[in-house]
Amino acid sequence: MAATPNSLRSGPDDRGHFGIFGGRYVAETLMPLILELEKAYNEAKVDPAFVGELKSLAKHYAGRPSPLYYAARLTKKLGGAKIYLKREELNHTGSHKINNVLGQVLLAKRMGKTRVIAETGAGQHGVATATACALFDIPCVVFMGATDVERQAPNVARMNMLGAEVRPVKSGAATLKDAMNDAMRDWVATCDTTFYCIGTVAGPHPYPEMVRDFQCVIGEETRVQMMEAEGRLPDTLVACIGGGSNAMGLFHPFLDDPTVRIIGVEAAGKGVETGFHAASLTGGRPGVLHGNRTYLLQDKEGQITEAHSISAGLDYPGIGPEHSWLKEKGRVEYVSATDDEALAAFQTLCKLEGIIPALESSHALAHVEKLAPTLPKDNLLVINLSGRGDKDVPQVAAMLGIKA
Amino acid sequence: MSRITKRFADLKAQKRAGLVTYFMAGDPDAATSYEILKGLPAAGADLIELGMPFTDPMADGPSIQLAGQRALKGGMKLDQVFAMVKRFRAEADNDTPIVLMGYYNLVYQRGAEKFCKDAAAAGVDGLILVDLPPEEADELKPYATAAGIDTVLLTAPTTDDKRLPAVLKYSSGFVYFVSVLGITGMKSATEDSVRTHVERIRRHTRLPIGVGFGIKTPEQATAVARHADAAVVGTAIVDRVAAGLDNNGHAKPDLVPGVLAFTRTLADGVRSVRKD
Repeated sequence: MAATPNSLRSGPDDRGHFGIFGGRYVAETLMPLILELEKAYNEAKVDPAFVGELKSLAKHYAGRPSPLYYAARLTKKLGGAKIYLKREELNHTGSHKINNVLGQVLLAKRMGKTRVIAETGAGQHGVATATACALFDIPCVVFMGATDVERQAPNVARMNMLGAEVRPVKSGAATLKDAMNDAMRDWVATCDTTFYCIGTVAGPHPYPEMVRDFQCVIGEETRVQMMEAEGRLPDTLVACIGGGSNAMGLFHPFLDDPTVRIIGVEAAGKGVETGFHAASLTGGRPGVLHGNRTYLLQDKEGQITEAHSISAGLDYPGIGPEHSWLKEKGRVEYVSATDDEALAAFQTLCKLEGIIPALESSHALAHVEKLAPTLPKDNLLVINLSGRGDKDVPQVAAMLGIKA
Repeated sequence: MSRITKRFADLKAQKRAGLVTYFMAGDPDAATSYEILKGLPAAGADLIELGMPFTDPMADGPSIQLAGQRALKGGMKLDQVFAMVKRFRAEADNDTPIVLMGYYNLVYQRGAEKFCKDAAAAGVDGLILVDLPPEEADELKPYATAAGIDTVLLTAPTTDDKRLPAVLKYSSGFVYFVSVLGITGMKSATEDSVRTHVERIRRHTRLPIGVGFGIKTPEQATAVARHADAAVVGTAIVDRVAAGLDNNGHAKPDLVPGVLAFTRTLADGVRSVRKD
């Protein structure tokens, strides 16, 4: 990575901090394991054998590079910026999650771990983890909130078919936060044998850095592909944010390019002003949860409050610590889109481009529907289409009254 | 000398180990948990760990998770936890150490400095923050020291000899050995494993060693007392609180007596071991 003293890409520091964010706020039982993981990852990432195997899997198994597709009809309808879609939804398993999982499961194997656990919200990370574990013949347990098990039934079936055990989590609101709590509880009891494959750029150091590095392939490809298509860098990048891994993967390789405007879109649920939302940066403040300091939805005392979003993958009261840092640095703009806006954008993309997007990615699309018309026609705008919407078909069909 | 240090010195003079009891502040309501607190010293508790309820207790098993939920549902706030300790000091007991146990976000939101000052003013003696390992303890330790609050860090079976000094560097009052890999109230360690680890930790420190996680019966507490300076019991006590609730989640009249009677059986076990 090209890191210079003035670079925005050189974090975290050696204690895993991005400014005041990040860190390692975990139980002592886990600390030695986290240090071991950090050491193993630092060795692996400069080992040509590890890097080569990951690259080969990304190409031949996951189907990389994903296309950078010029969305002509969407561009025409919005009448402004020239819109490209980074087609992460075409990856094997249907989202960007596979990029990270292949890296982590390879690392688990390298560390001699014999069991993998993961948390999942929408089920995309769970499916990707179950997939990689099937490929590498490692037993896999996925923790998923009981509410999400219900609303993401197709992904639960997929994980079961792939041989993973899905454990419904009933504590709290039974969504992603609670799944992560239970995954960490399992890990603390099994850390001698078990690798915890975290799905986003959050958790204790080195996870935010490691997951980011594995996802950076999105932005690195986009850079090359845009140079090929247009002979220059993009002007605007837009991605949805729950924990923020697809966004970080797209954004990070462009952080040191000042001409590139970067926008992250959080889930505003029923509206940030209603209190029923998942917009940690817009409606939260810094706190400590799940091993890191970051922006969190919480009450005055520091009790974590429930997030609300139509999209299970964004339904999380926190966000990756590097996003918190980039917000305070002012390098990335963070905005939000509501459930209704996302649902409308979902339908727009289906009808105009013949692509069914994930409800998560639809939040990025929703913001572009507002933004693109205000930009000149030569503004090159990239949306990270982080996942496909197959998993959302039953839920959206029910909401729109579409018959099966 | 802090209340914790003095208490361990007294235990040593009495040639016995101590009993540390954990329960959740505000479970099931502030008044009932104050009655428990008030009764514990006479029931044989030598130190008291008072849980601060948190929405996301990542190191706790189902019993303590539910206790926290009951306390939060009952409206328990940090100010009430401090008020409870203050009242205990004023009207019941000025010698038994009280250690607040919980998760760092509550401290961080109040501000580490203010938290330590408020805790000390209330009569709190120590803090156990499950998710504040030595790597991050810098942001609390100076304020705790300034306020005269002991910081009891956790050490685990995974904390090897190389790492132990880092944990001890931030520890005062006593060291808390988490005897099993896992969350509270699940597995129990063998006596042999407790002995081995306690001996190992003793080679590194002169601080007293408390052992907890998985100690559920008077027999287990007795076994731990043979090796450690104190046995910590939490989940089993919290389970006695849960057993004293009616169908609406309210305390039945026998809740407090039940908790204290159980504590007495634990204390009898611990006190049966003579340490020379």
